[in-house]
Amino acid sequence: MREVMTKTMARNIFYGGSLFFILIFLGLTIHSFYYIVTTSTAAAPLTDSVIKGKFVWERHACINCHTLHGEGAYFAPEVGNVMTRWGVIDNPEDAFTTLKSWIEAQPTGVEGRRQMPRFHLSDEEIRNLANFLIWADKTDTQNWPPNDAG
Amino acid sequence: MKYHSQKIALAYFVTAMALFLVQVSVGLLLGWIYVAPNTLSDILPFNIARMLHTNSLIVWLLTGFFGAAYFIIPEEAEREIHSEKLAYIQLAILVLGTAGVVVTYVFDLFNGNFLLGKEGREFLEQPLWVKLGIVVAALIFLYNVSMTVLAGRKTAITNVLLIGLWGIALLFLFALYNPSNLSLDKMFWWYVVHLWVEGVWELVMASILAYLMLKLTGVDREIVEKWLYVIVGTALFSGILGTGHHYYWIGTPAYWQWIGSIFSALEVVPFFLMMVFSFVMVWKGRRDHPNKAALLWSLGTTTLAFFGAGVWGFMHTLHGVNYYTHGTQITAAHGHLAFFGAYVSLNLAIFTYAFPILWNRDPYNQVLNMASFWLMAGGMAFMTFVLTFAGTIQTHLQRVMGQYYMDVQDQLSLFYYMRFGAGLAVVLGAILFIYAVLVPRREVIEPGPAVQTAAE
Repeated sequence: MREVMTKTMARNIFYGGSLFFILIFLGLTIHSFYYIVTTSTAAAPLTDSVIKGKFVWERHACINCHTLHGEGAYFAPEVGNVMTRWGVIDNPEDAFTTLKSWIEAQPTGVEGRRQMPRFHLSDEEIRNLANFLIWADKTDTQNWPPNDAG
Repeated sequence: MKYHSQKIALAYFVTAMALFLVQVSVGLLLGWIYVAPNTLSDILPFNIARMLHTNSLIVWLLTGFFGAAYFIIPEEAEREIHSEKLAYIQLAILVLGTAGVVVTYVFDLFNGNFLLGKEGREFLEQPLWVKLGIVVAALIFLYNVSMTVLAGRKTAITNVLLIGLWGIALLFLFALYNPSNLSLDKMFWWYVVHLWVEGVWELVMASILAYLMLKLTGVDREIVEKWLYVIVGTALFSGILGTGHHYYWIGTPAYWQWIGSIFSALEVVPFFLMMVFSFVMVWKGRRDHPNKAALLWSLGTTTLAFFGAGVWGFMHTLHGVNYYTHGTQITAAHGHLAFFGAYVSLNLAIFTYAFPILWNRDPYNQVLNMASFWLMAGGMAFMTFVLTFAGTIQTHLQRVMGQYYMDVQDQLSLFYYMRFGAGLAVVLGAILFIYAVLVPRREVIEPGPAVQTAAE
């Protein structure tokens, strides 16, 4: 390799090439930012309730069992499309009551069955969480997941 | 040990190994919850235990990197670390933050509090005060090592190591930015997660590896450093746009499917080069270094990283494949072997090299250490295989046939039993490793005469 390239050349290629790819990446990030805000998540408004729902999702560490758009812990079902799976995507009131009865039925305590902890949420928090999950479900995710099973 | 301040590394390495033990123990518990789901479900639910597993992994690997930097930089820069006191203050901040994290998670203290409560993005769950503490500790560290390097000899190894460590700190700042829009949140979350482990961490890995090769094989520095720049060049050229393989299904534009597929396929290249580099250096090297265990770990890390990060990563990175495998046990299989191969083994390689020097005694307990390598590497490979089988079945049943998640999981229990067994081997290996570097003061098996005559 000595004849092909000196150490200085290798170093300069590393610096120059990295800078080149960083600039492209930043440019694409700016475009993706714009695309997310105006196109892929524009189907449903980012309401105050959705934002609060995201906070409920975060502070109970839901991502460390479930996946959301395929990212998370693989121990519990995908929830990026749960509102579609439950057939309540277009009915926030049904989404709320379904989610409430689900959460309040946990943990089942059934032997040999994975246990979801009991989260003590107020009706308002459950409503916000349901709205957040509806909002996430309406994101254009390039048709992922392949089916309702998630 | 040429420089007194290299001793700082000892405290960092011991802290890292303590957290390593926590990480694998909690991992074993999680593996057990998979086969017996009612275990501790009221006291320590799966999600809390998993945060301990992933967070302790990240913290101990970083602590190991910091320790490695404190060990390597004095020798490379040919001078003492700028301030030993600052290095210990930095470690104290990290330990305090880690303790705070454990208590906050386990007892769910200050839930919802913006400063004291845990945050909810995967791997970045640390409360805000801990995140700020990490930033402070990183600044102290960067100041300390940068001052040392600036005043001393500048080598390619310290140069790449510093770029990597600065990159880690700067990218961590995105952990403080959590947009309300979930898709934006995810896009910038990967700025930390992907650009760390498939970007700047590779710089740290390559530079530590280059240092080990330099010391263990005695190959000319000029050759080692040229390899180093080529490796880190390919790492960043592929890794930066390779971020696109996380931008397939989160609300980002469709062009990422092509960019991500092409560039992440190229992410195999730096790992392949690191493997070739380590074997070529050992082949060319004239030095017969007595620390055979360090050599085994060095070759082991490049080989396992190539398979775990390279091959297993490529397996599900093309968007046509990933459409079906995304978020299944395939991902878990890849994640385990990639982290173990690339970053766990690398840390254990530098620990194995450094401990005899830090304690100023000959390489010792090569045999126990090498046994721990095979126990851990074997356990981790087995775990990766069974999770890959589980993931393949899951992909077919769930993503192709459309069966519901829990119905599919019930059919995978055999693999989860085998995974628990594999995890047990890893934990035993980890305990054996820690014992081998910390406790015995001489070789447990006498080296044969052939080895002695071969020694330099």
